[in-house]
Amino acid sequence: MKDSKYTTISIPRPLHDRIEKMILKKEGFKSVSDYATYVLREVVAMHESKDVPDPFTSEDLEQIKERLKALGYL
Amino acid sequence: MVLPAHGGKLIQISETQASSESMRDALEGPSVKISAETRVTVDNISNGILSPLAGFMGREDYENVVDDMRLSNDTPWTIPIVLNVREDFRAGSGDEVTLVDENGVPVARLAFEELYTIAKKEHARKVFGTEDEAHPGVAKVYSASDKALAGKIISATKFSDPNFQKVTLYPKETRVLFQEKGWKEIVAFQTRNAPHIGHEYVQKTALALADGVFINPVLGKKKSGDFKDEAIVAAYQALVKNYYPRNTVVMSVLHYEMQYAGPKEAIMHAIMRKNFGCTHIAIGRDHAGVGNYYGPYAAQEIFKDFPDLGITPLFFREFFYCTKCEGIASEKICPHPEADRLNFSGTKLRKMFQAGEVPPKEFMRPEVSKAILDMKDPFVE
Repeated sequence: MKDSKYTTISIPRPLHDRIEKMILKKEGFKSVSDYATYVLREVVAMHESKDVPDPFTSEDLEQIKERLKALGYL
Repeated sequence: MVLPAHGGKLIQISETQASSESMRDALEGPSVKISAETRVTVDNISNGILSPLAGFMGREDYENVVDDMRLSNDTPWTIPIVLNVREDFRAGSGDEVTLVDENGVPVARLAFEELYTIAKKEHARKVFGTEDEAHPGVAKVYSASDKALAGKIISATKFSDPNFQKVTLYPKETRVLFQEKGWKEIVAFQTRNAPHIGHEYVQKTALALADGVFINPVLGKKKSGDFKDEAIVAAYQALVKNYYPRNTVVMSVLHYEMQYAGPKEAIMHAIMRKNFGCTHIAIGRDHAGVGNYYGPYAAQEIFKDFPDLGITPLFFREFFYCTKCEGIASEKICPHPEADRLNFSGTKLRKMFQAGEVPPKEFMRPEVSKAILDMKDPFVE
């Protein structure tokens, strides 16, 4: 059986209620789940974007710089 | 250290020769003839422009993209990248599939994953927001087979357009280039037109906030009456040479087939420029739109659905020349009515060039106009 697209996580009830109250006054979020997904995506992406090295060896780097010089970009 | 590629990894597929042993061997197995546009997509995947994709999408990713605007691992992605194949195409688990160009020359080897069927009308409605076959993106979907082949690219030959070799850079090169220049904030500017003053103002407003601007004109299949690729490149070279301070602009071209999917395509444009190492992208009025299918600022509004895109959009209103302000302005900063505004209309420009006229300097820089007028025929017939 295919896994469901969604799963359940627990957050403190008072926090849930605060979010629910807040999104009632704001446009853009349909539900507490919608809001939590948005915020979590933002935070997770911020952590994931740190310290990911580019896949270049020093040899690659020299070759790239040579080409950029030959084309007049450097 | 520049921004990580989309999905965390800059894809680099190994390069091979059409005459290599592995390519020749692969030709004994199943093969698919691909169009010039798909050949460009193969190149864009192979060189990381479409990272994290390493091949053509399988059913799970396809369904996630059309339904939720995300790959199956939750990475933002708004337009499916599919390889349509003939109805009678057959391949099985473990097969290698060779992609051959329109002349029968092998260009890539693919590790076969699966075949699946696309519901064309549903695809059109979900991706383009319309089932109308007058929409060029929809028409392309309707004219293709509904059978799609999924698989990762094992190796590909180098794509080379001899006319633009000297102005073509790939993400691994722009990433090094930006680093060497010491740029940290880089604004991408997507275009498919020769630059008028309105474009220049968007770029320069963006430049005021950043270290550099990456002008990345899209080359490829065009509509009748559009500027030819050569005219766009020559026009931009004239603009950059005469009107930008040194070390503030990088201009290189991107071979890519426009889908005219408006807001969803704006997200794809942002993803590609993130892979080039840009931190920001300029999004103007009716970005990537066609006709009246999308609201004028729909391509800006869609960004609010992607807090994890990893590239920041800069939104611009349309610029125009205001006769009362006696300068370039936008709706946001000019209080004068429409009657005082000279809009930068592409149609008007085209008519002037076709009549051999030089557009007024409030409309287009004289050096840019000259670069276009020096061409025998700057428009697609």
